[in-house]
Amino acid sequence: MARVMAVTGNEAVAEAFRQINPDVCAAYPITPQTELMQRFAAFAANGKVDTEIILVESEHSAMSACIGAATAGGRVATATCGPGLALMWEMLFVASGMRLPIVMAVVNRSLSAPINIHCDHADAMGARDSGWVQLWSENAQEAYDNTIQAFRIAEHVDVRLPALVCMDGFIIGHSITRIEFLEDELVKGFTGEYTPLNPLLDIDNPKSFGPLVLTDQYHEYKYAQHEVMWTKVRDVVLGVAAEFEKVSGRRYGLFESYRLDDAEIALVILNSAAGTAKDVVDSFRERGVKAGLLKPRLFRPFPYAEVAQALGGLKAVAVLDRADSFGGYGPVFTEVCSALYPLAKRPAVINKIYGLGGRDFLPQHAERVLKELEEIAQTGRVSVIKEYIGVRE
Amino acid sequence: MSARGYSELPVGPVILDAGNSRLLKTGAWRTINRPVFKEENCSQCLLCWLFCPDMAVRVEDGKVVGFDYEYCKGCGVCAQECPGKKGQKAIAMEEEKK
Amino acid sequence: MAAELQLKELAQRKVLLAPGHRLCAGCGAPIVAKMVLLAASDYPVVAASPTGCLEVSTCISDYTAWEIPWIHSAFENAAATLAGVETMYRALKKKGKIDKEIKFIAIAGDGGTYDIGIQSLSGAMERGHDLLYVCYDNGAYMNTGIQRSGATPLGADTTTSPAGSVIPGKTQRRKDLTKIMAAHNITYTAQASPSHWSDLLKKVSKAVSMKGPKFINVITPCHRGWRARVEDTILLARLAVQTCYWPLYEVENGITRVTYKPREKKPIEEFLKLQGRFKHLFAPENEWIIKQFQEDIDREWERLLKEESLYA
Repeated sequence: MARVMAVTGNEAVAEAFRQINPDVCAAYPITPQTELMQRFAAFAANGKVDTEIILVESEHSAMSACIGAATAGGRVATATCGPGLALMWEMLFVASGMRLPIVMAVVNRSLSAPINIHCDHADAMGARDSGWVQLWSENAQEAYDNTIQAFRIAEHVDVRLPALVCMDGFIIGHSITRIEFLEDELVKGFTGEYTPLNPLLDIDNPKSFGPLVLTDQYHEYKYAQHEVMWTKVRDVVLGVAAEFEKVSGRRYGLFESYRLDDAEIALVILNSAAGTAKDVVDSFRERGVKAGLLKPRLFRPFPYAEVAQALGGLKAVAVLDRADSFGGYGPVFTEVCSALYPLAKRPAVINKIYGLGGRDFLPQHAERVLKELEEIAQTGRVSVIKEYIGVRE
Repeated sequence: MSARGYSELPVGPVILDAGNSRLLKTGAWRTINRPVFKEENCSQCLLCWLFCPDMAVRVEDGKVVGFDYEYCKGCGVCAQECPGKKGQKAIAMEEEKK
Repeated sequence: MAAELQLKELAQRKVLLAPGHRLCAGCGAPIVAKMVLLAASDYPVVAASPTGCLEVSTCISDYTAWEIPWIHSAFENAAATLAGVETMYRALKKKGKIDKEIKFIAIAGDGGTYDIGIQSLSGAMERGHDLLYVCYDNGAYMNTGIQRSGATPLGADTTTSPAGSVIPGKTQRRKDLTKIMAAHNITYTAQASPSHWSDLLKKVSKAVSMKGPKFINVITPCHRGWRARVEDTILLARLAVQTCYWPLYEVENGITRVTYKPREKKPIEEFLKLQGRFKHLFAPENEWIIKQFQEDIDREWERLLKEESLYA
């Protein structure tokens, strides 16, 4: 029997952590993630988990301690956001390079300056190239479900890579919504026991971790990471999702296709704003416009072939990015274009940057973009490829 | 240089063979001098063993018996620190024979 | 407290740092690491090092000089990394997955300790992790080519504080990290020198037998950086102690004890003159630096003796 409750996104992920009961958590407070670790610390204080929590003095040390703990040989989780993730940046590459299946909740927050505590995706997009598996979540339910699945994906023998689970700061992290929690035993059974590959604490078989690797091997170690990301993770994500569906009744894929089957125009959009956009897609459908939406779930590795298949037959696509690569296109746009490029016939694609620093994404924003797509679909002409929306002149 | 292919490498960089640096014979670094053991002057204080940065002082049954030239880099710390006996050092740095 | 360690007995034990490492001939770091590991060898030990000379030279794939489990993850975080290992150890012990009593030791250079790693170190010490952090202090970033660090003494010529015609080497004093660590009110803080090996071994052995966070700062001559003779590594460490540049003391549960008092305190010139990095200080226009250097040492030594007398 699932427990239905009204909780915040932060509480939902904290609950997943409680049910999984990792051996070690190392974390540092940062808005809007703080509530998550606070909640988890309360579980520890009240004996609801036997996790050892390390309340470090910075996010750099949080990830360093996670790396030490995971190398030692046990299950490790953490959470952060925004500048905290940025401070971890160096260590993110160490975690993936050392092939440590650490799971991290990222409660997306913008980066300074100017300082701003609200949601955008600059933090996780900045970590795009760090070798972590990235799962994105529209709402608290997805964040909870993704967190549980993330442990299975990261720890899978074919993967052994760290994974992060994103949800929008405040918009999801702090909003109370309806959640279906799985039973504790079900989660425990689903995640199972973790068996480390080469535990450092295996004192009778001493190993040296973190050697200097020079020109004769570095390239091969990086290729090994590429190979796993490129050829293994996708199938593991789908396999874990299929198993998860059996226990939860909730279906997950590499991305969500919303009214896309016969669509001519579509929005591609991550996380909470996809919810708003789906309503607008519905209203366009009611008017007879063949509109649809694609919401990426697995952003790293990016499912290029599947995205190409889902969008290839459309006339026009708008990719909405809640992060910018200044002087370049938005990060999701670049991926979608890379996916579509090999196709002989492909849709026109435009890029909109929206919602930075927590600026509301409103239905009229989605409406305006869909109208523009209707026009592009008719004329085949794109006037502006990249544009900010909702900016005051 | 390691010529191993990517699939032969461990999952994440780790050295599983503890202490295998022994295979690297750093004695080849010695260029000018090598330590020579003069047992008659040795008080068996074992300081050379303790101070050797390269674990190149050979000790058997608790007694210094000489040097491991496979690893000795010829730094001369042992000879410098050797208290010897009656003003005579038990370690002399002598020219490396090529 | 652990019994006095005898060399005859220690020489029977396996040295847990293997030969074949790539540190320079005459380097002080492996001497210190070896002594630390010998003194701790009553227990199984897991070690960590930050990026630095010791790290890059002891573990170049596919070879390691470490005979014990060892981890390196980055430069500024040996304390946090080892804190993570130690915490996982406690977690697994609590769950009955490990039964052995394991000790945790970080061995780190001064760059990774005084400067870029001080936050991570301070945090780990404040959180009370059961580990010993040993700093081998050679007074500069030797691994990257002798750049000044927070541990570089006044007047030293380094590649980023070169002694020039206008600026006479490093114009700032070194920071006193041992005092900073003692101010954390941790279980045990000490300063040691490989020249006074018995004192060093005793301190390490005592530290590993104690619960909680421990810190030992060990002067570790680097002939490349100090511009000294290769064979003088231990001699220089001894002079550092005899001049009271590097006082040997310990702070155990808040009580300070000076563990070695030279019968005759040697003038600092004795230490400085053997090192090329201080050569320029002997020029008449720079004599004030030596004077300043000596005054700093005298003041600090007096302060230390006074501090000790508070508990006598």
